[in-house]
Amino acid sequence: MKKKILLMGKSGSGKTSMRSIIFASYLARDTMRLGPTLGMENSHVRFMGSLVLNLWDCGGQDAFMLNYFESQRESIFRNCSVLIYVFDIDSNETEKDLEYFQSCLDAIMQNSKDCKIFCLIHKFDLVPEENRESLFQERAKHLIEMGHPLKITCFRTSIWDETLFAAWSKIVYALVPNVQVLEKKLTKLASIIQSDEIVLFEKSTFLVISHATTTKHNDVHRFEKISNIIKQFKLSCSKTQAQFSSLMVRNTHFVAHIRQFTENTYILLVMDGTIPSAATLMNVEVARHAFEKIQ
Amino acid sequence: MDNLNKPKILLMGLRRSGKSSIQKVVFQKMSPHETLFLESSVKVAKHDVNNNSFVQFSIWDFPGQLGPDEFDAVSVFGEAGSIVFIIDAQDDTQEAEGKLVETVNMAFEINPELVFEVFIHKVDGLSEENKIDLHRTLRQRVSDELTQLGKSSSALHITFHLTSIYDHSIFEAFSKVIQKLIPQYPTLESLLDMYISNSRVEKAFLFDVLSKIYIATDSSPVDNATYELCSDMIDVVIDISSIYGVKNEDGCLPPADDSGAGGMGQPAGTYFPCDNETSSIIKLSTNTVLYLRQVNRFLAMVCLLKEENFDKFGLINYNFQMFRQAIQDVFNAKAKQGAN
Repeated sequence: MKKKILLMGKSGSGKTSMRSIIFASYLARDTMRLGPTLGMENSHVRFMGSLVLNLWDCGGQDAFMLNYFESQRESIFRNCSVLIYVFDIDSNETEKDLEYFQSCLDAIMQNSKDCKIFCLIHKFDLVPEENRESLFQERAKHLIEMGHPLKITCFRTSIWDETLFAAWSKIVYALVPNVQVLEKKLTKLASIIQSDEIVLFEKSTFLVISHATTTKHNDVHRFEKISNIIKQFKLSCSKTQAQFSSLMVRNTHFVAHIRQFTENTYILLVMDGTIPSAATLMNVEVARHAFEKIQ
Repeated sequence: MDNLNKPKILLMGLRRSGKSSIQKVVFQKMSPHETLFLESSVKVAKHDVNNNSFVQFSIWDFPGQLGPDEFDAVSVFGEAGSIVFIIDAQDDTQEAEGKLVETVNMAFEINPELVFEVFIHKVDGLSEENKIDLHRTLRQRVSDELTQLGKSSSALHITFHLTSIYDHSIFEAFSKVIQKLIPQYPTLESLLDMYISNSRVEKAFLFDVLSKIYIATDSSPVDNATYELCSDMIDVVIDISSIYGVKNEDGCLPPADDSGAGGMGQPAGTYFPCDNETSSIIKLSTNTVLYLRQVNRFLAMVCLLKEENFDKFGLINYNFQMFRQAIQDVFNAKAKQGAN
């Protein structure tokens, strides 16, 4: 199953950097080496086995942008499942940015009415921490109004923290087939093996696909933090030509296991340490077959 | 008196060479990018590091434009354990070299026991070849100038390191600085040697988990890649433990503490997620296992071994308990000595 994802936004807003970090295992600081994208870069990423994400990374310089809305309009905006529009919070051309965005919205209305629209307001690391939430809410409100009647979801992101993973996890979640079935089964599994929490990650991007929580947890950002932590560690491992295969961390209060689950997923199991790990892991092994079938 | 027992490390160097940034990144968990927002230091900033029984010292961060006549050189140099001189490698190094030679000269007169560590800093932009060249050139030039002033470089303890706050090199360099200030170092090294030979471990480090400086390692050579992997493992363990492993009195997990788990200034125990039961096992595709065990509140042992040697878990565990007890004994001996 192929899904077309358009990645658009002004030149220098961070589209290629984001894509490189999420799908091509770049470290945040490696992205400094990337040059401007000239024209369009098309890539195919296999996700969760049966899904192919066809990413259209559209170079944002003025000359290209004008082309997209005119001569290439139909071929670009037709059959889109997702439009991701990236805004640079540090931009001093907000008027122009919004004009281009409006043009995109018009083109989408005409060519792919069912397309899901996500706005990533990027480079928030350049904003002092105390101002971030209010500035984001202000911008998001405006964008959502602009998009009406199309539904727009906004995120604030930065390549330097976990917010990037939070946004992209939500984006691919909208594309993964059978995701509700997955969640139901995961919830059932969590209660059977008496774990506090189970999280399912896609194998190479470590984006969160699904989770089941039986014990309340106050940190709402924990999933993307874990994506970030593991992704970083995977990159560290690759420096020694090794790959990360499994992980266990414990202290007096908990034990957490991260290991491969199905062909395309990794699983995180969090328990309170009173049940012997070996028993839990065996149960998870047995459950694996049921999950393999869903994909 | 407590202050006499705590070694002093002086951070010196020209303006904007990176002294305060280094101090904040290594000891106060600041992210390297945030150091861009740091203002120039105007006065000497003293910071006490009290992470654990072995890592106890005072860092004095000198503002770059402080001339030698503006502070009481005799008492400052007289009581110091080591001077860390920072040279900005991205700038023309001539002026820095001059200041270094001047400082070494003056300090050596006052206190011949002083150890000098020179950090050739901000090398993240340089290629491997350039780094090696720079290291060699600076070392040669400084040595020549000192000889001219009548100080033979063999009598002086000067070591050069290539560093950057954007990677592990600054932590590695500081590890070496601190190891020289720990009188128990040979004991710790022997204990680690014994542990690894009896447990078939390839490499073991004793890390201070707060600063990720290793205060001791076994006597086999340190491979940078291994050190970095072990240091990154500590990050993973702390980060995951901060999310799932911290409980309030009512049994619930507290909300995320974005200011960073267990910053240096906080009283021990509030949000620092590692306790005596902290342990972690990470398996890699190359049949290698990384094994972490908490030794005491802020010390952890991280070791690397082959997966086939990890099957005798009972043995490894037993040896570790012995090792932990031995460390405790060394600590107790030190405490007794301090009390006398």
